[in-house]
Amino acid sequence: MSRPQLLSQPTTALTLADVHTQSRKEIGSRLSSPNSRNVSRRQSVTQFGRFLGTSESGGEDSASLKSYAPTLDARLDGESMLGDVAEDTVTPAWRALSAQIERDNPFDVAIAPEDDIISWQLQHEFEDLGFVQRDGSNEEELLELWKAKLKHFFILSASGKPIYSRHGDDKLISHYIGVVQTVISFYQGAKDPLKGFTAGDVRFVMLSRGPLNLVAISRLGESDSQLRTQLESLYMQILSTLTLPSMEKMFSNRPSTDLRRPLQGTEQLLDGLADGFTRGSPSTLLSALECLRLRKTHRSAINDTLLNVRSPNLLYGLIVAAGRLVSVVRPKKHSLHPGDLHLIFNMLFEADSVKAGGGENWIPLCLPGFNNTGFLYMYVSFFSTNTTDDTQGVHERTATAGKDDELAIVLISANKEGFFELRKMRNALVKQLEKNGSMGIIKTAIRKGHATCSDIVPGTVLRHFLYKSRGNVQFTMPSFEPHFHGMVARRKVMTLYAQLHESIHSRTAHLKVQHCVAKDATALAWETPLFELYCVGGPLVTRAALAQGANRIVQWIKREEERVFIIGGAVF
Amino acid sequence: MADSTQASAPKPSSSVKLVLLGEAAVGKSSLVLRFVNNDFHPNKEPTIGAAFLTQKCHLPARIIKFEIWDTAGQERFASLAPMYYRNAQAALVVYDVTKASSLVKAKHWVAELQRQASPGIVIALVGNKVDLCEEDGAGTSGEGAGEGEAGGEDDDDAVARKVGFKEAKAYADEESLLFFETSAKTGHNVSEVFTAIANAIPEASLKGARGAGAAAGGGGATQAAISGGAGQESSRVNLTAKGDGKAQEGCAC
Repeated sequence: MSRPQLLSQPTTALTLADVHTQSRKEIGSRLSSPNSRNVSRRQSVTQFGRFLGTSESGGEDSASLKSYAPTLDARLDGESMLGDVAEDTVTPAWRALSAQIERDNPFDVAIAPEDDIISWQLQHEFEDLGFVQRDGSNEEELLELWKAKLKHFFILSASGKPIYSRHGDDKLISHYIGVVQTVISFYQGAKDPLKGFTAGDVRFVMLSRGPLNLVAISRLGESDSQLRTQLESLYMQILSTLTLPSMEKMFSNRPSTDLRRPLQGTEQLLDGLADGFTRGSPSTLLSALECLRLRKTHRSAINDTLLNVRSPNLLYGLIVAAGRLVSVVRPKKHSLHPGDLHLIFNMLFEADSVKAGGGENWIPLCLPGFNNTGFLYMYVSFFSTNTTDDTQGVHERTATAGKDDELAIVLISANKEGFFELRKMRNALVKQLEKNGSMGIIKTAIRKGHATCSDIVPGTVLRHFLYKSRGNVQFTMPSFEPHFHGMVARRKVMTLYAQLHESIHSRTAHLKVQHCVAKDATALAWETPLFELYCVGGPLVTRAALAQGANRIVQWIKREEERVFIIGGAVF
Repeated sequence: MADSTQASAPKPSSSVKLVLLGEAAVGKSSLVLRFVNNDFHPNKEPTIGAAFLTQKCHLPARIIKFEIWDTAGQERFASLAPMYYRNAQAALVVYDVTKASSLVKAKHWVAELQRQASPGIVIALVGNKVDLCEEDGAGTSGEGAGEGEAGGEDDDDAVARKVGFKEAKAYADEESLLFFETSAKTGHNVSEVFTAIANAIPEASLKGARGAGAAAGGGGATQAAISGGAGQESSRVNLTAKGDGKAQEGCAC
């Protein structure tokens, strides 16, 4: 599990830009410092157009930040580095998402739909368009619906054959696929591949991978690199279905291959990934995994059990609870790639195909991060955990069990005939976990769900945070409740996180701490070689209070590190 | 339905390996889901790889424990199929009565099974989704509707129907297959298919199962005799004991 991966260069020295305050005077100011940096980071910076400049970002605060946060040894510069950002550069997406904000509980408010096109659209984002009638009578209407979608993904072959589109059937989108293909191949022909462009309030990002071109089209204000990560993930899913050599062979035999045929049935998995990105997924944003919080002794008991019952053909074994990792068993020389795990989790928990059937599954899949040339075989068995007072043992889950209380045992082998061997291992594993009480502990932990922010740091002004441990490639977070209730509020807070993330990750950024103030929220991003921390507080929270909250979270993590993260895992 | 009640008196029980094959989206998983959980999900997402389920089928004289491999219909999984039918004693080849090409695919599967599967394998051809043919009398309202089996009346009953009962039946007779038209949605004929298969398994190939978990590992004594026509439907089925079922090994565990 542990795969030390420092995504950015470790830093020692802090520079002037270490603490970065973005503030904005009220309407009327123009872009005042159009330096190159501002331009290159425009995508993220403009998102903060609504953030208000207040006197809080003055010197008084910087002093208090220092005093409250000894670990944040930064020279504070009260002046905004970027100057003010003009209102007209704010994307309508952000404006509309913000439009529903009310001071007190900004993320929890429904506002008149006419003010709130994006929020409204978000609720209809995942609805099916339906098909174009044979006589074409409803085409106009469908096109309107199609254009209203906040986010599109296209995948097409190098020769321009459509492979995947999140919304709309072929008949509806074929013109657009044609346009996309023309644009891409024009630039590719000029040996200057197009990476992205903006049209109105929409950002287009292209990614070319082997014989495929992938396109993301977003009105949600994500950065290019974030959209590119999403496209990479879709590409990984295609490799996972086909393997790289077999896909390349198809195209070298026949460049005009229609890849949809061999991919049949994969659309649901691509849809699952795409919709996850549209809803906003902390895991994708941070390229990290989340674990179920367990006591260290409990987790090592589970690890020991896994090692005890390990069968000879096992490569990886996972216990997964509602998208959170409980335990992992793996060979010493092979770690698990977070991207691969994301594909597995998507298959198990987003697409219904595996769990809806009940029973056990045997699934050939390629894990491109592990090896993109061959298939592995995955045994999956689901359990429901909501069988309270269940002394008899784990019930085979029923098809109707809810999503949040599901426990899956995933055993992966390179042996195509390994089903019954792994099934035997599953039975032994479940039996032992029952016997030593671990199963009950896991179920209790799942049922408890995420702790709220104020459970973790009592009395804090923070409403939510994301903490990523870079060395472990894992993250932890509190529940979105009670402050961020519902999809729109979550999308909004994820948008904020995405902007913070971009502000410390974009190539030109040298920030270590970023502080943002807005009418509806305050936020702080803090990066060190060991971790990334993003936290969000209510409106009008002072920087000092935010920094204090951040430090308390870091202290909490230090205490809880071996509970919230899997460190090492069971290795054989 | 004959399968859902636990028998109190101990009856001899045997395991039967059964595999489902057929084109994508004909309703293989839905048939299994109806049989195993008596449940139906419209718009069920496609199976990935294969799913393994078990269900008991109570016959008058014995209990048959089905170990079911529900395979994915997509072409890219076709190369894995031999792994699932290799030791199977029964196969359910499914097509969609509203899609002519699915019968063509079903015929391919039947041919492959006859060529490569165990010689004694019992094959049932199943035309699913009869609920989509309104005139069919299969009933769209409740389970158990349509005992009358009106599917055989004529071949041009509804616009939706693309494969006629007579056509498929004639093919099934020719190849000595069990044949049913079913609706996983309404439950029509679903348990009958499995009961008929259970009855059609040659006695010699039945083995005692050892407990629930042990997937037919050892060769138990061949169980007691079984009366021939226990299933309601099996009487109208042309069943020839081709390839005299010999005792087969249990599943490949």
